[in-house]
Amino acid sequence: MTSPYPLLSILGIVIGALTIAASLIYVERRLLALWQDRYGPNRTGPFGLLQVVADAIKIFMKEDWVAPFADKPVFILAPAVIFVTVLMSFAVLPVAPGIIVSDLNIGLLFFLAMSSLGVYSVVLAGWSSDNKYALLGGMRAAAQMLSYEVFMGLSLMGVVILAGSFSLPAIVEAQRHMWFVIPQFPGFVLFLIAGLAETRRIPFDLPEAESELVAGYHSEYSGMKFGMFFVGEYMGITLISGMISVLFFGGWLGPVLPGLVWFLIKTFFFISLFILLRAALPRPRFDQLMSWGWKVMLPLALVNVLLAGAAVLLWR
Amino acid sequence: MFSILRTIWYVFLHAFQKRITVQYPEQKPYLAPRYRGRIVLSRDPDGGERCVACNLCAVACPVGCIALQATEDENGRRYPEFFRINFSRCIFCGYCEEACPTYAIQLTPDFEMGEFHRKNLVYEKKDLLIDGPGKHPGYNFWRIAGVQIGGKRKGEAAHEAPPVDVRSLLP
Repeated sequence: MTSPYPLLSILGIVIGALTIAASLIYVERRLLALWQDRYGPNRTGPFGLLQVVADAIKIFMKEDWVAPFADKPVFILAPAVIFVTVLMSFAVLPVAPGIIVSDLNIGLLFFLAMSSLGVYSVVLAGWSSDNKYALLGGMRAAAQMLSYEVFMGLSLMGVVILAGSFSLPAIVEAQRHMWFVIPQFPGFVLFLIAGLAETRRIPFDLPEAESELVAGYHSEYSGMKFGMFFVGEYMGITLISGMISVLFFGGWLGPVLPGLVWFLIKTFFFISLFILLRAALPRPRFDQLMSWGWKVMLPLALVNVLLAGAAVLLWR
Repeated sequence: MFSILRTIWYVFLHAFQKRITVQYPEQKPYLAPRYRGRIVLSRDPDGGERCVACNLCAVACPVGCIALQATEDENGRRYPEFFRINFSRCIFCGYCEEACPTYAIQLTPDFEMGEFHRKNLVYEKKDLLIDGPGKHPGYNFWRIAGVQIGGKRKGEAAHEAPPVDVRSLLP
């Protein structure tokens, strides 16, 4: 299933992903304000929509400073890595029937691989900054993302077993009769938690942890390099939300409305959920995070895979 | 586990609550009558300046933002020749108001005095003087004080006994 106009869909997905990531600056601030009994930015332009423009101008105008003690090439490269890896993952995200950059038959594995590569960005940023807080942040990021990646992959195996394919459009098509969230509810919860940890969002923002580590791995970054980390984070949220809707909530499938609209509705629902979690939950301690990851989540994911496999073997 | 879900739900419910933000330029916040904002110099009920240039406010001021020069008019009333408050220094602590023996200097519920240039924050007497008596409507220092000025001799102030004639033997 390839698109009739591949270039057009590539352009559409790249521009769409970037636009959504940029608008999330505004959406997140408004939603956080909504749940904190405030208004959020509502002055610049209609409903404060031009806040994104103002933020972009501000961040481009900022001094792009590289610390003299930093490991320069790595320091400059690190923000690009996170951006590139997340953008690469969008290549396998099926937005609507036929609208996909590349329908890999191992799309899911590609997504997992790319999100694993994203760790390098954070670790290298922390390492090259030559700053103890940045290094601590980078170390935490490495430990956190390695341990949460393990069951992130495992939590998706239930879906793969049910769909019988690693290709994302095929997984969506397999959900025509029932969304995978129903038979794979534990998998969904595990993937949601792992996705939060992968995007380093607030319940799992230990690598950043501004109350402990200044700003963690991006303490030394300024200007657009810092902006790249943020755009990368927002794109990560968009990607994980899109992935959740594709893998567990039937992607573009839905009545009446066109597929793209359904996909966007589901994606925005999960983006809002991510922001709600940020508004609601405190940050766990680091040892709690690790012990949950290894002692609770990983065994649960394994049991989930076992049960899904057993169920498929019994009833098929 | 349950408490986490409950937290999320309660935070979500906050979406339907009343906003606590005051949309400032359109919607003014309530300022208490004793709010300590812009400083003014008030006048007597009959229109004269209350300030007697005693310098107590300038002494009480912790940041030293008040400067004034005393002088006397033809009636013997003391008044400030100039009175200058540097609002870029002022911390609105209200000590000047507390120190003032004549209720002349008062803080008002007004804070909208932003300027683009620092020197515009130096207020002179003409900027500070208001037309009315401010928070103390009936008070008139010169009608109460026992000081002799033109048009009011000793013993003529309110509640003041006539001066004792020290050279007389009569009770």
